[in-house]
Amino acid sequence: MWTVEATDICQRFNRRLIFEKVSFTVSSGHSLVISGPNGSGKTTLVKIICQLLRPTAGRLLIKGDDKIVTPHEIYPYLGLVGPYLQLYTSLTAFENYSFFSRIRGCTLDIPEFKSLMERWGLKNREFDEVRTFSSGMMQRLKYVMAIMHKPEILLVDEPTANLDEDGSEIVYELMESQKKDKVLILATNEPEELKFGDEKIILNS
Amino acid sequence: MKKLSLIHSAYIVFLKDLHVEFRSRYAVNAIFLFAITTLTAISFSMGPIRLRSEILAPLLWIILFFSSMSGLAHIFVREEEQQTADTLRLLTSPNVVFLGKWFFNMVLLFSLEILIVPVFLAMMGAVVGSPGPFIVVIFIGSLGLASVATLIAAIISQASAKGALFAVLAFPISLPVLISGIHGTQLSMNGGTFSEGMPDLQVLFSFSIVILTLSLLLFEFIWRK
Repeated sequence: MWTVEATDICQRFNRRLIFEKVSFTVSSGHSLVISGPNGSGKTTLVKIICQLLRPTAGRLLIKGDDKIVTPHEIYPYLGLVGPYLQLYTSLTAFENYSFFSRIRGCTLDIPEFKSLMERWGLKNREFDEVRTFSSGMMQRLKYVMAIMHKPEILLVDEPTANLDEDGSEIVYELMESQKKDKVLILATNEPEELKFGDEKIILNS
Repeated sequence: MKKLSLIHSAYIVFLKDLHVEFRSRYAVNAIFLFAITTLTAISFSMGPIRLRSEILAPLLWIILFFSSMSGLAHIFVREEEQQTADTLRLLTSPNVVFLGKWFFNMVLLFSLEILIVPVFLAMMGAVVGSPGPFIVVIFIGSLGLASVATLIAAIISQASAKGALFAVLAFPISLPVLISGIHGTQLSMNGGTFSEGMPDLQVLFSFSIVILTLSLLLFEFIWRK
């Protein structure tokens, strides 16, 4: 059982207050949706949750089986897809996959890679440099990299950005399956995506 | 999922950087072109004049220092410019990233030296009296230079005007390497033994260890926003 617990999180950039006193708890089998107008701090909150950013104030605790998981231990359990997270475009999809799986301590499973690529509609592009991918294909590949290690906590910022209808459908299936027994946190304003959240945080600008 | 050791993870980061560099060849081209250009300029301006070791040693270190400054920063700047730094932050710990990149810069600097030092000696008509101490001084000096360059690269990658800042920040911190490196090189060119060059070697080695230790302690604060 995994839990993400935020208590009175506050974020300022210089003197500008982005948000304050944001608290929530989300556990395995549940999901949280973060919404709010542009500039309200959705992405900032996502970055704080996955420890890319330190909050100005407040406490964020991630627990796995009731044990606190430190920032140094979290890497294999986290998956993030967001517009600001880029892949290595001079490497091929397979080289990216190989790097991501090895650094996470997973064994390089080529049949699994091929099946993931096929599922995400990227069949036959495995050995192409990522810079030759369209923005939609890049977004699909980001999902492949984020879920390859079956993360306990999946964070998705703008889940269907750049995706066509088929791509969005695969994302919805993924989010549905993730929230069954793991933690799903998504940041979105799309009405059809808000329903994936069991709990909702609305940030105000 | 198995837990990887620090060294193993750093090696994976190093291999990734080597792979990316192999595709773009940015840092390799910058360093080697700078070194070759400087070497050619010095060689032409000197003509047939035979320089003494007091001049040759500083010239060699100036070439090595500025060549490394022209390319070693790229290891972190590339991650920030291509927005892959956050990806890396999500994948592994700061010390793994630092060690992987430090190792990459070391390999790059050693490759430069393997090519440039013999060419420099040949073009300048220099004779090395004690090749053993000479190689050790260059090797340990590069260790320090790569350590400084990697740490400063991490700092300046977050700033604008990266190119100008790099050399300016790296120069004062690299001074102990340059002073001892130049003195040790000069001594070995004149036929000095290991025991005569020991004070320089000790400074170079201690400095490298101090910078590496400090980097590992401080890097997390630089790397995490």
